[in-house]
Amino acid sequence: MKMTVSQAMVECLKAEEIKVVYGYPGAAICPFYDALLDAEKDIKHVLVRHEANGGHAASGYARISGKPAVCIATSGPGAVNLITAIATAYADSIPIVCITGQVNTDQIGSDVFQEADVTGAAEPFVKHSYLLKDPADVARVFKEAFYIAGSGRPGPVLIDVPMDVQKMTVDFKYPKTCEIRSYKPTGKGNALQVKRVTEALRSAEKPLICIGGGVFASNAQAEVVALSEKLNIPVITTMMGISVLSDDNPLFVGMIGTHGTKIANYAVNACDTLFLVGARVGDRAVKTPLALEKTTKILHIDIDPAEIGKNIGADIPLVGDAKLVLQQMLAYIDKHPDGTADHTAWLGQIAEKRTPVKFEKPVKGTVNPKEFLQKLAERMPANVNICADVGQNQIWTSRYYFKRGGRFLTSGGMGTMGYSLPCAIGARMADESRPTIAICGDGGFQMNMMELATAVQYGVDVKVIVFTNTRLGMVRELQTKGYNDRQIAVFLDGSPDFVKLAAAYGIPAVRVKDSKSADKAIEMLAEEKGMLLCEVVVDKDFPTL
Amino acid sequence: MKHTISVLVENHSGVLSRISGLFSRRGFNIESLAVGPTNDESISRITIVADGDDHTVEQIEKQLNKLIEVIKVKTFGRDEFVARELMIVKVNAPADKRSEIMTIAEITGAKVMDITLTTMTLEICDRYDRLCRFEKVIEPYGILEMARTGTVAVERGAEYFSAKK
Repeated sequence: MKMTVSQAMVECLKAEEIKVVYGYPGAAICPFYDALLDAEKDIKHVLVRHEANGGHAASGYARISGKPAVCIATSGPGAVNLITAIATAYADSIPIVCITGQVNTDQIGSDVFQEADVTGAAEPFVKHSYLLKDPADVARVFKEAFYIAGSGRPGPVLIDVPMDVQKMTVDFKYPKTCEIRSYKPTGKGNALQVKRVTEALRSAEKPLICIGGGVFASNAQAEVVALSEKLNIPVITTMMGISVLSDDNPLFVGMIGTHGTKIANYAVNACDTLFLVGARVGDRAVKTPLALEKTTKILHIDIDPAEIGKNIGADIPLVGDAKLVLQQMLAYIDKHPDGTADHTAWLGQIAEKRTPVKFEKPVKGTVNPKEFLQKLAERMPANVNICADVGQNQIWTSRYYFKRGGRFLTSGGMGTMGYSLPCAIGARMADESRPTIAICGDGGFQMNMMELATAVQYGVDVKVIVFTNTRLGMVRELQTKGYNDRQIAVFLDGSPDFVKLAAAYGIPAVRVKDSKSADKAIEMLAEEKGMLLCEVVVDKDFPTL
Repeated sequence: MKHTISVLVENHSGVLSRISGLFSRRGFNIESLAVGPTNDESISRITIVADGDDHTVEQIEKQLNKLIEVIKVKTFGRDEFVARELMIVKVNAPADKRSEIMTIAEITGAKVMDITLTTMTLEICDRYDRLCRFEKVIEPYGILEMARTGTVAVERGAEYFSAKK
């Protein structure tokens, strides 16, 4: 069918069943926006207040829907603003398709107004990118982009479309499948390796399963639970693997790493066999992988062969999709039921290290954020999306907000401040049955608070919690501990009154300064429909751990 | 240790930038890189000589394979391949030195491409290490200008490296 490239782009999105796009228009992407107007019934456009937040919202949407989500920006500064979101999605392997306008083809390379080489600039952070110069390629490029973003190890794909190309006419037909000779992601694992991994894991005296974000990427949560229960093996997570297991699962030990729990770090050092599932052994998760690989047998599943052996040597590598590989392992165990060691003593050894959580009494006029989060978790429904920002709030939430089947969403790899609110908007829009809370500090919130307007404009029911300590708390703590308490550039004294700020957006807001107001706020967060901002006052010296 | 890596890639614009970007970003050292077309016009072949231990080379291969436009990667084992590089060098060659330079050319297999009253331009196509030796011998005459292509290589024997296999 004959149509313009812009119309074809819209048809591609429809064919991919895209219902929502997040974007910010400008001259170079106007032809595409014009075509979007005609598709209003099928595709809802959400005008974010900054391009990076469009990318983060798409990321939140993709993480809940399990499919690639779309964000849009114009050429030059719009496209360059998007790069932080692209890099954030790349670090956490989140499938997003980013569409950017580019200056006219014959102007490329001449430094015209709002020209930036975005495919070049974003190159280190994309799974793949396209500069669409030939209108005849539009259908193939979009089909490939969605396929590449969502398959294998997911990640961001960028499509840069010059303005003149958007206006050209093309004979459009969307392909049903796509065939890329140089891209064939692995699905099932090699049967022999599956057997070797399974035998090594089940026969070990002190085995431990460590799960990362790859478990969510392949939707293998149920398989992880099934395997750990079948073999009676304890489970630890990286930050990206939090909420795969319910925190009250007796086999769940905790999060490892610099900011992990003592007991989880104890388990990782005490185990004799470590089974990594979709975890890349980042430096924040395992500080000294070379020491660990010497003392521990490492079994490693990853869909990305480059992750196996990159940070830690694997005794038995296994390339494949986590869900399929775990299903193979479960099937193998069903066929060969004998040979699983008794892990009761090992579980007991870990359980001995469990200590009850005790909360320190907060300074007057402030609240203990850990206790607040624990109480909030008790009151919220299980299927909640908890979107933590970056910094102390992130660690408090990862450790003290008790998860029971919902999703914990955060920027784990890149540590992008300002991620939580736009991510929450996307996550909530992807599934309106899930209550959604964005949790930030007063630093990160001031990087994204303009998105309150987006949530208001499109009626997105997200709750926002802002922990205010008038500090960039984690950096302050680093300066205190590592730089002889020489504090610089960590003071947020010019901050607005966040309750009044919310009121200016027409959003109800409460301030929490003591346990009484905390209880009331938690009740409101759990019960009230519509947006709510809750400022929680925290002492300036309150520690991360 | 030096490794010679052959990479078959889609003949698209931007591929070279993705590959060179990957090397610099991940801290891999390239000694030489040569790129050219193949008998299949949709495929280019890139030959990279890189320095690093076995772990580094394994990572280079894996990271190259992750690039969507990379079709195949192969690192050649020592002595399993034939390799050549072209060097063109312009040296000082006044009349009284010409015959000396000609002798060197004869011994090393270099050819004279151009001559003036004061200079000679020589080409030599050989292995990397032989080019280095040639350079050492010619250097005392005064090298005015030099250009090298970087190594290209194919496997020895009847085995061959192809996108179709």
